[in-house]
Amino acid sequence: MFDFYFNFPLWFRLPLQGLAVILVLFPLAAACSMAERKISAWIQGRPGPNRTIAPILAWIPGMGVLQRLGIFQLAADGGKFTFKEDGVPGHVNKFYFILAPILAMIPALTTVAVVPFGAYLDSAGKLVPIMLANVDVGLLAVFAVSSLGVYSVILAGWASNSKYPFLGSVRASAQLISYELSMTLSVLPVFLLVNAPGGHGTLSLVDVVAMQSGGWHGFTAQSWHGLWGVCYLPLSAFIFLVALFAETNRQPFDMPESEADLVGGFHTEYGAFKWSLFFVAEYCHMIVGSGIFCLLFLGGWNLLPWLPLAKLAGLLGIAASPLLTGGLGIVIFLGKVAAFIFFFMWVRWTLPRFRYDQVMKIGWQRLLPLAIANLIFYLLAIALTQK
Amino acid sequence: MTDLLFNLFAVFTVACAAGVVLCRNTVASALSLLLCLIGVAGLFALLNAVLLAVLLVFVYAGAVVALFLFIIMLLDVQGGERLPFKGATLASGVLAVGLLATGVLSLATHARLPAVAAASPAGSTLRDYAELLFTQYMLPVQVVGFLLLAAMLGVIVLSKKFAGLEDIK
Repeated sequence: MFDFYFNFPLWFRLPLQGLAVILVLFPLAAACSMAERKISAWIQGRPGPNRTIAPILAWIPGMGVLQRLGIFQLAADGGKFTFKEDGVPGHVNKFYFILAPILAMIPALTTVAVVPFGAYLDSAGKLVPIMLANVDVGLLAVFAVSSLGVYSVILAGWASNSKYPFLGSVRASAQLISYELSMTLSVLPVFLLVNAPGGHGTLSLVDVVAMQSGGWHGFTAQSWHGLWGVCYLPLSAFIFLVALFAETNRQPFDMPESEADLVGGFHTEYGAFKWSLFFVAEYCHMIVGSGIFCLLFLGGWNLLPWLPLAKLAGLLGIAASPLLTGGLGIVIFLGKVAAFIFFFMWVRWTLPRFRYDQVMKIGWQRLLPLAIANLIFYLLAIALTQK
Repeated sequence: MTDLLFNLFAVFTVACAAGVVLCRNTVASALSLLLCLIGVAGLFALLNAVLLAVLLVFVYAGAVVALFLFIIMLLDVQGGERLPFKGATLASGVLAVGLLATGVLSLATHARLPAVAAASPAGSTLRDYAELLFTQYMLPVQVVGFLLLAAMLGVIVLSKKFAGLEDIK
């Protein structure tokens, strides 16, 4: 059915696939900003954006529902950011000032390349992940590329050449380095479990999901493969979650931009399109980070514990169709990611912001020792049980 | 294709390395270092050493250069009044380049390298790295780690002005 597509040369297919993923990720990030406004309104007991509608559409009956949901606000925001005058203040370092928002987009859109977002069954009944680049160093590549995201914040603050942005960017660099350590240490137990003795060694996210795709074998030791990571690695999941909030600069860790004490932090001097690029990048980081959390600890594209995708497709009778199975996997995965992004926003509008010294204290004095203790515990436990 | 990419990355790396030394602005120097490291990571990736490439970006480009920038910004180091190169610096630089060039040239023309076993097409697996690190290179890695620790402690002692013994506790 899709043979004609696979007959295209590789240099044509790969950019096309990359473009397709970006074309999905970009509007998703924009939709996140809309969801953020609607959810914050909901939590604070106000209606949120509910007036915007294009004049022509207002004539169609039934559009009122969509209007009250705030769907059209998205287009209005996009239009505003694109057509608003994009001024550059006179006191900034122009080259780096313009470079910073562009630099923000690169890591945000690159990390998605190694994140699998679904799977289908090939003709032999083998599960094939849907992703742009299936590399052995999967998760490490995500960490490496996303750690480059800090440069856009540093550059933006430095090039703005004024006090508040500068303070914001200095905070950002210290915070990201502090929490990267805990984040990396917290995922090591996952890969200790994935790499059973005799394997060739892998850091691929696909293998992590494969580990969580077992069936129900009664009350035997084999059944734990059906459980999700969060069940047997709760502390790892928690540390990863906290570090993820810090790495994506989300409240309660949004030190680099904290409006209360730094006006707007690193993006104080930015407006219009350049400002919106920062925001799309932040939401892209959030989406990719949520996706990685779902893959590591929430079973990836499996619907329920002990109900992996292959079995679900079999139950629904669509296992023979790669298109339907793949679509089902992507829908399940995106559903989990959406739920997780809702959790991000829920936390943001519930918890107050930490003070800067508290952020440093939590990172170095609480989270890092906890992550090390967690690693040592699982090292011993795995060494004792997997002889 | 590989040759083209190699030339591209090599020229890019050398150009960025030159930028580190020649840029007047300290932040621009640090950013050139960042690009230079990414170029080296590209060279590693061409050699099928994907793990090394990713680690280089993760550790050096992601954290070390960010720390450099952090320090530059915190101390507000301006690159404007950088001193011109002294005669001795130039002479030693030229000497070092000459030695390096001689070494590479003699290696390329005269050396008899042991035949390397053909690497697997997919590059080395993580297991291969781990086995080498924990068997053959165990001691060197530990020694280097210990040296770094000693250097770090030395920096702390040298840079911090201790008023009395109470401050150290």
